[in-house]
Amino acid sequence: MPSLKDLRNRIASVKATQKITKAMQMVAAAKLRRAQEAAEAARPYSERMGSVLANITQAIGGGGDAPALMTGTGKDDVHLLVVCTAERGLCGGFNSQIARLARDHIRKLLADGKQVKIICVGKKGFDILRRDYASMIIDRVDLREVKTLRFVNADAIAKKVIHLFNEGGFDICTLFYSQFKSVISQIPTAQQIIPAGVASAPAEAVDGGNAVYEYEPEPGEILSDLIPRNISVQVFRALLENAAGEMGAKMSAMDNATRNAGEMINKLSITYNRQRQAQITKELIEIISGAEAL
Amino acid sequence: MAEAFKFELVSPERLLVSEQVESVVIPGAEGEMTVMAHHAPVMTTIKPGVVTVKAASGGEERYVVFGGFADIVPAGCTLLAESAVAVKDVDRADLARRIQEAKEDAADAKDDQARSKAEQFLSQLTTLEGAILPA
Repeated sequence: MPSLKDLRNRIASVKATQKITKAMQMVAAAKLRRAQEAAEAARPYSERMGSVLANITQAIGGGGDAPALMTGTGKDDVHLLVVCTAERGLCGGFNSQIARLARDHIRKLLADGKQVKIICVGKKGFDILRRDYASMIIDRVDLREVKTLRFVNADAIAKKVIHLFNEGGFDICTLFYSQFKSVISQIPTAQQIIPAGVASAPAEAVDGGNAVYEYEPEPGEILSDLIPRNISVQVFRALLENAAGEMGAKMSAMDNATRNAGEMINKLSITYNRQRQAQITKELIEIISGAEAL
Repeated sequence: MAEAFKFELVSPERLLVSEQVESVVIPGAEGEMTVMAHHAPVMTTIKPGVVTVKAASGGEERYVVFGGFADIVPAGCTLLAESAVAVKDVDRADLARRIQEAKEDAADAKDDQARSKAEQFLSQLTTLEGAILPA
């Protein structure tokens, strides 16, 4: 049976923990709003990019001059997985969900006899995947120093991937990230970015699609410039969604923690009060029985 | 008074401009061009340079862009810039850094084609620097 002093210390420490989790929840809420704003601000660009891309692929008509980034190498022996996770923990199952999806994917690829390479973006995913697949991780990108995600961060990752592709390092590249659906729900997603699957864009998305476009320089040349940029945009979007998802997950995880701490404080205070009362009663009995003995 | 049309300048991070304008000067990859209402549909890559926007309400804004695309249709013009800033907000240090990087790229280029491309980019950047910085 813990003494009264022990109980008091316990309650004080749980209260301190509750204050911390509460503060973290509020910080996450503020950051979430910012991350959501950033994701929304980036949306027009990727939407326009999509429609421009659809338009130009239509113009080329899947002809032979489409760049390799779009058509692929024609093989699917070597797979590159870009796994984007958060830099920090304490956000519930956010990181492990992404890592689990990636791991399932890797297992399937390995079972099919494919070769797998991994690029980890974010520390947490690296920590998880390192346990089983350390030999396949060819690179990791650390974004811990980055306070606000900028396009250059995504661009650097995309350039790395494209460079590797041009050297013949892999055939198919898949991006793993968490799609931000709402504060309480983030969906881990696998998205293939090389070869890019934009050719099947819906026709109605093309604004003024019946107009005859002039291209300057040639469509093929524009496309070979556009596709790498599109990959950067996809990576950027994934990072932004991830940032928002991480904050959402952290917020709900910290909310849970705060509530649990509250419950614990209640239980401890009941035990504390009961024990205090028991002690008072005991002392009274001692006094009374002492008086009666006289 | 020329007819107005819709112009949008979008960078990956945000939507910079979305308004009715009278004309826009775009630094196209194959020469500058001025876009006005009812322009024939054109799609062009752009080189680093200055975009001059003449708003329908009068007033002129200038933005520095570093590469990107312009999608021009009769009803409007969308400029997808890799990065864009208003001329008055240009960070000299950033520009100097880009030039330095371009110089390094040109020096490291493996074959002639890559070198000429890097040198072209470098010269575009230095022209840009000369254009926006009061000497």
